[in-house]
Amino acid sequence: MEVIISSKPLIAMLCALTGAVLVSLSGRNPNIRESWSVAAAACMFAVIGSMVPEVMVGNVFKYQVFDILPGLSLTFRSDAFSMIFAFVASFLWIVTAFYSMGYMRSLEEHAQTRFNTCFALSLFGAIGVAFADNLFTLYLFYEVVSICTYPLVAHHQDEEGYSGARKYIVYLTTTAKGLLLPAMILIYVLTGSLDFADNIHTGIFPADVSSGLVIILFICCIIGFAKNGIMPVHNWLPGAMVAPTPVSALLHAVAVVKVGVFSTTRVMLYVFGTDQMGALGLGTATLYLASFTIIMASIIALTKDNLKARLAYSTVSQLSYIILGVAMLTPSGIDGGLVHIANHAFSKITLFFCAGAIYVATHKKNISEMSGLGKTMPWTFTAFGIASLSMIGAPPVAGFVTKWKLLVGAMEMPAHSIAILLVLLSSTLLNAAYFAPVTYKAFLGKRPEGEPYEGIKEAPLSMVIPLMIAAVISVIIGIWPDFIMTFVNLVSK
Amino acid sequence: MDFLIMNDYGPGILSILMLLPLAGGFVLFFISEEERQKYWTLGVTILTAVVSLPLYFKFDPTTHKYQFAEHHAWIPSLNVYYTLGIDGISLLLVLMTTLLMPLCVLCSWNYIKTRVRTFLFLLLLIEASMLGVFMALDFVFFYVVWEATLIPMFLLIGIWGGDRKIYASIKFFLYTLAGSVMMLVAIIALYFNTDPHTFSIPLMMGQDYSSTFQMWVFIAFFLAFAIKVPMFPFHTWLPAAHVQAPTAGSVILASVLLKMGTYGFLRFCMPITPEASVTFAPFLLWLSIAGILYGGFTALAQSDMKKLIAYSSVGHMGFVTLGIFVFNTIGMEGAILQMINHGITTGALFLCVGMIYERTHTRELHLNAGIGKYMPVYVTFLTFFSLSSLAFPGTNSFIGEFMILAGAFADTKLIAACAIPGAILAAAYMLRMLQKLIWGGTNNPSHIGLSDLNAREIITLTPLLLLVFWIGFGPKPFLNVMHASVANLLEQVNGIQSGAASLAQVILP
Repeated sequence: MEVIISSKPLIAMLCALTGAVLVSLSGRNPNIRESWSVAAAACMFAVIGSMVPEVMVGNVFKYQVFDILPGLSLTFRSDAFSMIFAFVASFLWIVTAFYSMGYMRSLEEHAQTRFNTCFALSLFGAIGVAFADNLFTLYLFYEVVSICTYPLVAHHQDEEGYSGARKYIVYLTTTAKGLLLPAMILIYVLTGSLDFADNIHTGIFPADVSSGLVIILFICCIIGFAKNGIMPVHNWLPGAMVAPTPVSALLHAVAVVKVGVFSTTRVMLYVFGTDQMGALGLGTATLYLASFTIIMASIIALTKDNLKARLAYSTVSQLSYIILGVAMLTPSGIDGGLVHIANHAFSKITLFFCAGAIYVATHKKNISEMSGLGKTMPWTFTAFGIASLSMIGAPPVAGFVTKWKLLVGAMEMPAHSIAILLVLLSSTLLNAAYFAPVTYKAFLGKRPEGEPYEGIKEAPLSMVIPLMIAAVISVIIGIWPDFIMTFVNLVSK
Repeated sequence: MDFLIMNDYGPGILSILMLLPLAGGFVLFFISEEERQKYWTLGVTILTAVVSLPLYFKFDPTTHKYQFAEHHAWIPSLNVYYTLGIDGISLLLVLMTTLLMPLCVLCSWNYIKTRVRTFLFLLLLIEASMLGVFMALDFVFFYVVWEATLIPMFLLIGIWGGDRKIYASIKFFLYTLAGSVMMLVAIIALYFNTDPHTFSIPLMMGQDYSSTFQMWVFIAFFLAFAIKVPMFPFHTWLPAAHVQAPTAGSVILASVLLKMGTYGFLRFCMPITPEASVTFAPFLLWLSIAGILYGGFTALAQSDMKKLIAYSSVGHMGFVTLGIFVFNTIGMEGAILQMINHGITTGALFLCVGMIYERTHTRELHLNAGIGKYMPVYVTFLTFFSLSSLAFPGTNSFIGEFMILAGAFADTKLIAACAIPGAILAAAYMLRMLQKLIWGGTNNPSHIGLSDLNAREIITLTPLLLLVFWIGFGPKPFLNVMHASVANLLEQVNGIQSGAASLAQVILP
């Protein structure tokens, strides 16, 4: 491993920040405004892409911006772990930029300038989290994401929007201030530094720190990163579904929730380390918490008729796969968890894109009203079907790679194998039970009484093309997972 | 006098700093036109700020001794001297005071319409006396300037205040006067217990006072300073004074006058009565926690923006006293930094409230709901200052709060954990205020025709915004100057700490 001192991680973030400023200044001309969004996304993707070759051979980019206190600095690092998230998020930003253009214009939404500005700022925060080299930097950008997504969730400015957004910000800031902040300060007091370790095994705690304290800190971190949607702090996620669909798509499939799980796993592996987690039984405890979330959220999803609500609970459940995988502490388990950051991103964004396309085309939100729509909206529902397969974990779509790795990981575990295998199997069945009927009824069901076929056609191309792209990529990374797996293997090796 | 490093930089720079605003104030009476008076005052305050800047660059951060010192006989028969000097604790406070005053003049430009000359004179007068407080090294002179800050502030609230200005100004005056009287008693008691008798503050430190004597002196000092800070439960004068005071008054009150209380703890209580400080520290820590939580909850319940910020000050100052009384380097340096941070951030927030009040003539949150749509520049500033106030990472208060809490965790984990809800509450009341102002609800009052900030207002806020991020990302220039003084102060206290008797042993013979 070689450390390359380079400002590239910072430049990638500045692309998003500059984009946000330019977008906010060009509100008068929607075309110029949207092209700034796309340009910023493309620039960011290009800068991140330019780091890929070095990172793929195991090198790490580092850049210190501010040295604040001893052991406390604003520093960025781009390693294999951050690349999993950064590469996927920056790519999907481009896709979403086109999609949201179609969505927001079709529905003639208000305050599009504010919307696009906050969108870019949220990406700025998300990439900041991906490239954080220490807990302080991570915390800073984690909070930036919380603040900048508030206007997006409250976008409609109606009672529902405000109450959803209030719940959102209350959950996220309370957990961050109440649990993360003290945990971070205590870690600083105990170790004199907030820098992440450079491997996933050792952690950063000196040997003489009492294990009781480490356990408390661990709990604070797992629950404190409430964006990871783990129960009991998951409730903000369904509440935030009042946001416009592109927000749900990007933020709740890619940026926000992934910031949560990315931070959680980053801290699990690079602050606590697999050795200490294993020795204190923290891995096992987390396994069961994640398992509980997976099963419960799936069961709740079954009961939801609103498509976005069902997707929201599916997200809660799928996010815990990532934490579950890492908590197995076996190489395959960690692989499976981390690769799911990318797999879930592509598949879930497809599903949200489809939900948005259906809404734009038909103004329908409930699954029961969507039967028979497959005939008139074949592309959308095909994409939905493909992404559903990925969620279920069926070959040859991306989710299969996750499931495979997780199953192998579970079998590698010295204990608790059977229990976790059962969780994985039963959750697969549950996933199938709540996803399969949507596509099935769309293609084979009839329109409900009084609902005509006439006048329904596919959403605009600027929406259908992005959702097809996302669906196709889900298949591609299911068949050729090597690209993402290279990064994942670098982390777990 | 080996604790003084005599001034060799110009003729008595500290005296000049005090005399500039004073002299400038008297010149005001020879200027007839109001507009010119404003420009003159602005010029004087800016000049004072510029003259004060070299203090930072010439300051020697390697020593805890009092620098730029001046020592002259004043009333030799009573052992009263005119001694000035600043160390790492007071340097930043002096600089903050001189920086804030031009902003106070700017924010009063259109706000004050009656008796402009008197108002400006009082501003300059209070600047001179506040600087005196942070520079004085002789107790008699200190007491004179300490009291001298009271009268201009009393008049600022009493003449240019809101509807209940008389009630507020008298409450403010009585409270702080009560504290000051206690301090006077303590000063005289100290004078007679030093050998040879002296009013020199540095000479009073490190004397071998008896435990009981220290306790009484500490209690007297504590009352004076706790009222000034204000610590819970001595805070009730603060919201009244803030709500009624004109914007400039609120800014001075929050940013500088409150700091005189915490400065007092650092300058007098700890070095002069170290044993009593250690004995009483647990109580002060819990009072700080009470202030943090009480201030937070009360701020959450306010609908008047000024009251909200006033109560938030109670909480924030609780963090400062918490940092002071954990008696470790990181906590104490954090506390001193937080004093500066609070001055910057809360000062800026009061400026922001004043700006909105000038436009809508109300400070009620629900009447100002939804102004974000009409005043985007204003709410951008307000957002950054509010984030700073809730200790958002990357802003100045985060660093202060982080250091204070780190100090507290290193000392007693329980106390630190009890302060954490205060941090959550700060986020809650600040975000609530922001949400109301920027977004409001579904039926906001109409604000059509509301104008955004003008150039003067932007110039007023910009320096503070720069400082918010400067300290947030690069606090080292600010922390470096205080290392030596803080280390010396802790040595004075911690030398005692191991040998200090517990409170029970002292009061139960």
